[in-house]
Amino acid sequence: MSEELDFHNQVKKIYRFLLLLFSLFVITGGLIVYYMVNPNFLNLKKAPEVAVAVEELDPDRIENGIHVSTGFVDAEGLMTVIRNCTGCHSSKLILQNRMNVERWNTTIKWMQETQNLPDLGKNQEIIVNYLATNYPPIDKGRRDILTNIDWYELKD
Amino acid sequence: MKRRSFVKKVTLSSFATLIGAEIVFGSNIMEGYIPLALQDPDPFKMFNKNKEMIVLNDKPWNIEAQAHLLDDKITPNSCMFIRNNGLVPENIDAKKWVLKIDGESVVKEKTYTLSELKSKFKHYTYQLTIECGGNGRSEFNPPAKGNQWTVGAVHCASWTGVRLKDVLEDAGIKKDAVYIGYHAADIHLSRDPKHEPISRGCPMSKALQDETLIAFQMNGEDIPFIHGYPLRLVAGGWPASVSGKWVNRISIRNKIHDGPKMTGDAYRVPCKPVAPGEKVKDEDMCIIESMPVKSLITYPKSGAIINKGKALNIRGHAWAGELEVAKMEYSIDYGSTWNACVIEKPTNRLAWQHFTASIKFPDTGYYEVWAKATDTNGIAQPMLLPGWNPKGYLNNACHRIAIKVK
Ligand code: HEC
Repeated sequence: MSEELDFHNQVKKIYRFLLLLFSLFVITGGLIVYYMVNPNFLNLKKAPEVAVAVEELDPDRIENGIHVSTGFVDAEGLMTVIRNCTGCHSSKLILQNRMNVERWNTTIKWMQETQNLPDLGKNQEIIVNYLATNYPPIDKGRRDILTNIDWYELKD
Repeated sequence: MKRRSFVKKVTLSSFATLIGAEIVFGSNIMEGYIPLALQDPDPFKMFNKNKEMIVLNDKPWNIEAQAHLLDDKITPNSCMFIRNNGLVPENIDAKKWVLKIDGESVVKEKTYTLSELKSKFKHYTYQLTIECGGNGRSEFNPPAKGNQWTVGAVHCASWTGVRLKDVLEDAGIKKDAVYIGYHAADIHLSRDPKHEPISRGCPMSKALQDETLIAFQMNGEDIPFIHGYPLRLVAGGWPASVSGKWVNRISIRNKIHDGPKMTGDAYRVPCKPVAPGEKVKDEDMCIIESMPVKSLITYPKSGAIINKGKALNIRGHAWAGELEVAKMEYSIDYGSTWNACVIEKPTNRLAWQHFTASIKFPDTGYYEVWAKATDTNGIAQPMLLPGWNPKGYLNNACHRIAIKVK
C-alpha cells in the first residue's frame, strides 16, 4: 500500500517537473519568435524615434493645402489621381505639366495607346477635371522676364 | 525587397541567439544592411552629380544642369544631365553583355561581346555635343508636354568607342537599308517586358558618319551607369534620344525605324509651321534630325553684381547640330546693338565651341547680357521663342544672364 502511494507520488513529481519544463520551453520559444518578428521590442531607447518615423511616412498627410508625399494640391479628385496616376511615374512628372481639358485628355489617350495605361472608366473625368482645374495653362508670352535672380558680388 | 530585408533580419537575430551574443543589438546591426532601394535614394550620391543639379523627375530619373555648371570645356559626369524614359536596367553584367546586329537589311546577323567589339575594331575618341530635343521646353506658350527642361539638358563629353559604321559593315549592309534602330536594356515604367521605354535611331547617312560611335568610355573611363554603361550609341549634334543608352541590339532597317518614341509627336515637330497651341495630325509631324544653332553663357552665373568701370569677362559654348558656329555675338541692350565675341574652332566636328568676350557697361544699373550664335548657313538664334510645337522641342532662343553694375 505505502509502496504504491510512494510510486504514485513520484510519478506526480516527474509529471509536474515535465510540465514546468515544457511551459518554460513554450514561453522561451514564444519570446524568441516574437523577437524575430519584431526585433525592436527589447530596444527601449529607440522607441520614440520609431514613432516619429511612422508619422513622417504617413502617405496621406496634407499640409497647407498640399498632399505632402506627392506634392499635389488637395482638391476634389486628389485621391483618384494619386491612385491612378502615380504607379508608373512619380507625381513630379505630372506636376511639371499644365494643360486644358482637351490636352489632358489627349495625354491620357496617348498613354493608353502607347504606354500601357488601362482604361480609366468614370475616373477619367474626375482626373481630368482635377488636373485642368488645378493645373491649367498659364500664359507666359513669347519670352518671359528673368525671375528668381540670385544676386551676388562677383569677385575675380 | 521588403520580404528579403525581413528574412535577413530574422536570420541575423536568430544567429545572434544561437551564439548567445547580445541579441539586443541585433536590429541595430541590421541598419547597415537595409537594401539601398528601401532608403530614400539620394540621386546626387547615387549618380555622382553636383549638388546644384536640378531634379525634374525622380521616377523615371530626369535631372538637368544649370548654365554655370556647364563651364568646363569637356563636361564632367557631375554636371551632365540625365534623361530617362523608363527605369534603369537591373543587374548589368558587362562580361555577358552582347551587342546584336540584325534587321531586314543586315546581310548576316551577328553578335559581339564587349571584348570582341574592343579588340576587333579600331577605337576613336570624339568630343560630342549631345542635347535633349526638349531642352528649353519650359518656355513654350501654351505649355508643351513633358519634363520642363530649362537650359541644362546639354553636354559635351569626350566619348571613346568603335565606329558604328565599322560594326555595321562587318555584319554587312544590304542595298535597301535606310535607317538603324537601337534596342536597350532599360525597363518600361509599367514593368511590362513587352514594352520598350524608347527605341529610336537615325538614317543610314548619320549612322555611317565617322563620329557616330558605339561608345564604351566617357571622359577616359567606363561610361557611368546612368549614362549607358556598358555601351552607348553616340550621335553628336542630333537629339540626345538618338544616342541610346545601355544598347544591346542595333537593327538595320529597310524603312524608317518604328520603335517607341519614333512615331506620333515624340521627337517630331510640325513639318509646316503652326500657330501656338494648334492641333497637328500625326502625318503632319516630321522627325527631328540635326539640332539648331544655340549657345550658353556659362560664366558668370546669372545675378553677378560688379563695380562701375570694371570689365565683365564672359565665356560659354556654342554649337550648331551638324554645322559649325561661324559667328558669336553678345548684346547688353536687348538686341539694339550686337558686339562680336571671340569664338574658337571645335576640337573636332560636332563638338561645341568656346567663346569669350570682355564687356564694358556705360553706367550703373540693371543689365542683361544676351548671347547669339550664327551657324555656317547664316542662320542665327532667335531672341524670342521659335515656332511652337506640341511637345516643345528645339527652343534655341538666345540665352541671357542678369547683371547689376553699382
Ligand atoms: C501604365 C503606366 C502609366 C500610368 C499608370 C500613367 N502614366 Fe503617365 N506616362 C507614362 C509613360 C511611360 C510616360 C512617358 C515618360 C517619359 O517619357 O519620361 C508618361 C508620361 C506622362 C506625362 C508627360 C507627357 C509627355 O508627353 O511626356 C504626363 C503629363 C503624364 N504621364 C500624366 C499621367 C496622368 C495624369 C496619369 C493618370 C491618369 C498617368 N500619367 C498615369 C506611363 C503611365
